[in-house]
Amino acid sequence: MTETLMAFDDVLASFDPALGLEVHVELNTNTKMFCGCGQDFGAEPNTLVCPTCLGLPGAMPVVNGKAVESAIRIGLALNCSIAEWCRFARKNYFYPDMPKNFQTSQYDEPIAFEGWMDVTLPGDDGDETFRVEIERAHMEEDTGKSLHVGGATGRIHGADYSLVDYNRAGIPLIEIVTKPIRGAGERAPEVARAYVQQLRELIVALGVSEARMDRGNLRADVNLSLAPKGSDALGTRSETKNVNSFRSVERAVRFEMQRHAAILAAGGSILQETRHWHEDTGITTSGREKSDAEDYRYFPEPDLVPVAPSREWVEELRGTLPENPTVKRARLQADWGFTDLEMRDTVAAGVVGLVEETVVAGAAPQAARKWWLSELARRANDNGVEISDLGVSPAQVAAVQALVEAGTINDKLARQVFDGLLAGEGEPAEIVEKRGLAVVSDDGALSAAIDTAIAANPDVADKIRDGKVAAAGALIGAVMKEMRGQADAGRVRELILEKLT
Amino acid sequence: MPAISREEVAHLATLARIDLDDTDLDHLAPQLSVILESVASISGVAGDDVPATSHPIPMTNVFREDVVTPGLTPEQALSGAPEVEQQRFSVPRILGDEQ
Amino acid sequence: MSWVHKSAAELADALAAGEVTSVELTQAHLDRIAAVDGDVHAFLHIDAEGALAAAAASDARRAAGTPASGPDGVPIAVKDVLATIGQPTTCGSKMLEGWHPPYDATVVAKVRAAGMPILGKTNMDEFAMGSSTENSAYGPTRNPWDLDRIPGGSGGGSAAAVAAFEAPLALGTDTGGSIRQPGAVTGTVGVKPTYGSVSRYGLVALANSLDQVGPVTRTVLDSALLHEVIGGHDPLDSTSIPGAPAGLVDAARQGASGDLSGLKVGVITELAGDGWQDGVMTRVQESVELLERLGAEVVEVSCPHFVHAMAAYYLILPAECSSNLAKFDAMRYGMRVLPDGVASPSAEEVMKATRDAGFGAEVKRRIILGTYALSSGYYDAFYGQAQKIRTLIIRDFDAAFEQVDVLVSPTAPTTAFPIGEKADDPLAMYLNDLATIPANLAGVPGISVPAGLAAEDGLPVGLQVLAPVKADDRLYRVGAAIEAALEKEWGGPLLAQAPALEETR
Ligand SMILES: [Mg+2]
Ligand SMILES: [Zn+2]
Repeated sequence: MTETLMAFDDVLASFDPALGLEVHVELNTNTKMFCGCGQDFGAEPNTLVCPTCLGLPGAMPVVNGKAVESAIRIGLALNCSIAEWCRFARKNYFYPDMPKNFQTSQYDEPIAFEGWMDVTLPGDDGDETFRVEIERAHMEEDTGKSLHVGGATGRIHGADYSLVDYNRAGIPLIEIVTKPIRGAGERAPEVARAYVQQLRELIVALGVSEARMDRGNLRADVNLSLAPKGSDALGTRSETKNVNSFRSVERAVRFEMQRHAAILAAGGSILQETRHWHEDTGITTSGREKSDAEDYRYFPEPDLVPVAPSREWVEELRGTLPENPTVKRARLQADWGFTDLEMRDTVAAGVVGLVEETVVAGAAPQAARKWWLSELARRANDNGVEISDLGVSPAQVAAVQALVEAGTINDKLARQVFDGLLAGEGEPAEIVEKRGLAVVSDDGALSAAIDTAIAANPDVADKIRDGKVAAAGALIGAVMKEMRGQADAGRVRELILEKLT
Repeated sequence: MPAISREEVAHLATLARIDLDDTDLDHLAPQLSVILESVASISGVAGDDVPATSHPIPMTNVFREDVVTPGLTPEQALSGAPEVEQQRFSVPRILGDEQ
Repeated sequence: MSWVHKSAAELADALAAGEVTSVELTQAHLDRIAAVDGDVHAFLHIDAEGALAAAAASDARRAAGTPASGPDGVPIAVKDVLATIGQPTTCGSKMLEGWHPPYDATVVAKVRAAGMPILGKTNMDEFAMGSSTENSAYGPTRNPWDLDRIPGGSGGGSAAAVAAFEAPLALGTDTGGSIRQPGAVTGTVGVKPTYGSVSRYGLVALANSLDQVGPVTRTVLDSALLHEVIGGHDPLDSTSIPGAPAGLVDAARQGASGDLSGLKVGVITELAGDGWQDGVMTRVQESVELLERLGAEVVEVSCPHFVHAMAAYYLILPAECSSNLAKFDAMRYGMRVLPDGVASPSAEEVMKATRDAGFGAEVKRRIILGTYALSSGYYDAFYGQAQKIRTLIIRDFDAAFEQVDVLVSPTAPTTAFPIGEKADDPLAMYLNDLATIPANLAGVPGISVPAGLAAEDGLPVGLQVLAPVKADDRLYRVGAAIEAALEKEWGGPLLAQAPALEETR
């Protein structure tokens, strides 16, 4: 079924969008939320389970103190108040990947509430700051994973049966919910993207999650509604589930704005429902209708006692917070000597942290910026992955740059080293070795190549002998071709001039 | 307190995933009505100033160290499963979406 | 007197003195089970092989001079609601028929660590819902005093097992009286410890905020012995309170000396009156007079909110159990039933068909009731209000224990009734727990001790003693004192007056 869409500019002529983002962050604790099972993304199925996370009769939960600590640190970093006393609650609903048929979560007493995050968007007249208000951040547990067997697509719909692995069941999740974000207008899709991007940066800076969207460590649900322009009322919202890249967050918001507007403009009404995001086609499709009958029957979890973080503990944790990303950005720009434009591009590409780590690993700021922003950003885009998930580490980029500066390779050869890194051929030095990429600095070999070039181009050689040194370029080109790029062009030039002048 | 209707019982049974037939519903609805009538006596007994008790013994902050402890082997985990395939629990096709 | 008629304390002494081996004791109890359990049906599963192996290991420890505990080698029966490795755990339900847990409940692990052979698993109302053990999917347990009558519930199997001399000790669980009420109607002793003082890990939850594991025995001293074995903090149970129970056995021994001077006893006004069987009230009244003769000061104490306890209980319990029992869904363990006439049923359809086939009537009633009490729109009026009543009941206890050291009442309003009498009248059934429920709502400990036989039917009556949170020792002091004084009057234990069961093979 194809949805009718309204042109984006037309949407804004008649409607104001209201956004809401719910982000689930899987914590990188050693153990699960309520049991001592470890977590490992690639483990064999059902090898990281115990009576508690399998929901066996009689088993009981015990709260992971480290997860509470991470929840509080996330809350503080989002400028939230931290509850003096709060409880876990059971969210009751049946689903085969949820072992107890209730999720241990928090309901009306979240650990963190009433915060905000300033999101920076590049604008024509400098950066624009947009304040996103945070409603709550609460603790809960993840579900298992189902493999759908049979049917055409491997998707849940049309499958014959499913196979469930509970390794993921019980991994700690922090659910971060924004208040309705209004007034973003045409920039709503960008605000959504920038929020998730900046939130991820914050989570990474806190060190509480791997925050890899491709592995589901960070999962975003996008709520969107439209109100008639100038109206205070909130329209009916759709909830697009599990939008798993920054780019998709932006696209999903844009798509939903266009879809809602088309329906509303035609006199229709929006169905309150969950929707699925399709990465390949860039559209959402209808999921489950949110009916009034849906009733989670929340009540306080009797098997867990309340969490009452002392103010001393909260302040101690506040002391462990990393620098605020906005302040940090200004500091880094000064340290690195980037222009506003350079810094903005770096931010927009989402590589501030990567550049920072590359600089820490020894590369010059401009060089670090160059690799991430040009070469690696392009490859991430080609591969359709987030740049942070590309598979090249800041330390490796710094190592490549060091090889360039040492004259072992040149920029062009460096690209082949990145090819090697992406192909998993090892560390940069190994790749240079294995692929035989090192620049030839053996004057004997160069000299022979130059003699060949001179012999093949007597006219050019004559020009140089006559003092037209600029003509050397043609000979250098011929030599480099002969050497298949593996020569230091500067040295080739020196040798040519030595021979002919 | 209003008596609970047969339709309400049927709705609750769906929420609770119990396949009650007509005979069950006919039997259960009046029984539940009697019980509800009886427990309704508590309404108004405790005022707004009375806090609710969820846990009989007041305690807070019972936490576990973030240290891995041995769990079950996959064989143990799957030992009670009605059906197993590929070291996973085999379950009938799932209709609805995740919450 | 044969070994099976002796108390656990006596058996422990005999083992220590080398008068008997654990293998002999265990075999004697297995023989008794074989002889009488066909009629009583206290057991759902008997593990002769496992029990004898544990007994042999115990004897080896004794021989080496390294017993694991005082009662090392004394056999025990375990309610089928506690997870046991190597034995099925069914909770009296078809839903879990043949389910073998891959882990032990903490109390079971403690019993094993103490060296006590586990004879088998005892019958119970399905998922502990009931007061008569008639709700077991595997057929009712019968009261050894009269095989046509109920043994109480939900732990009728454990109570009947000790009353029928099939086991010297048993583990029970008490959510609203499931240890104490069966104790009362079978003439045995049952203790519900302070909430959180005995681990619930591995106890298949009925209502988490009410459940507590406790001893089921024939004597007060035996309960104290077993309580010290199973009690103590468990890091796997977040509601487990710090520390370990101490001084319970001492309190029982001290109480048995018969001096209760300095003790203030409160008789609860609200737990008497219409609906309370005359013979029950008479025996309880005599017991109270006996307490006075032993030196206690007795006053009447009002706990005005106790009249709302049952209503609050029948909202809180169904709410918690409706959520607890959601896990029985045919996906990971237990029964899986495919719906009739559906070609390719969905998970949801299989869940519904299984839960219809696997759960009995009372379980369904309570799940539906709990689902209702938690639904949006009803939560505040039902569940929320019930939790407030709970606060008021805790305050009643607090006020009462300002005035007195312990509270007393009948354990149950009536003696054992005939099997089938209240089977389809849930409200009448619920009334059996009137006196025991307040302790669960407040988390306080309670004991039921035999108070004699009701004149009108010659059946056992129980006296309930309640103490403040963490003052479980008082139960043993008072319980042992009344037990000793009454046994002096009776010329021996009350159970000696029970009709002998026919031994068949
Ligand atoms: Mg959630
Ligand atoms: Zn686990």
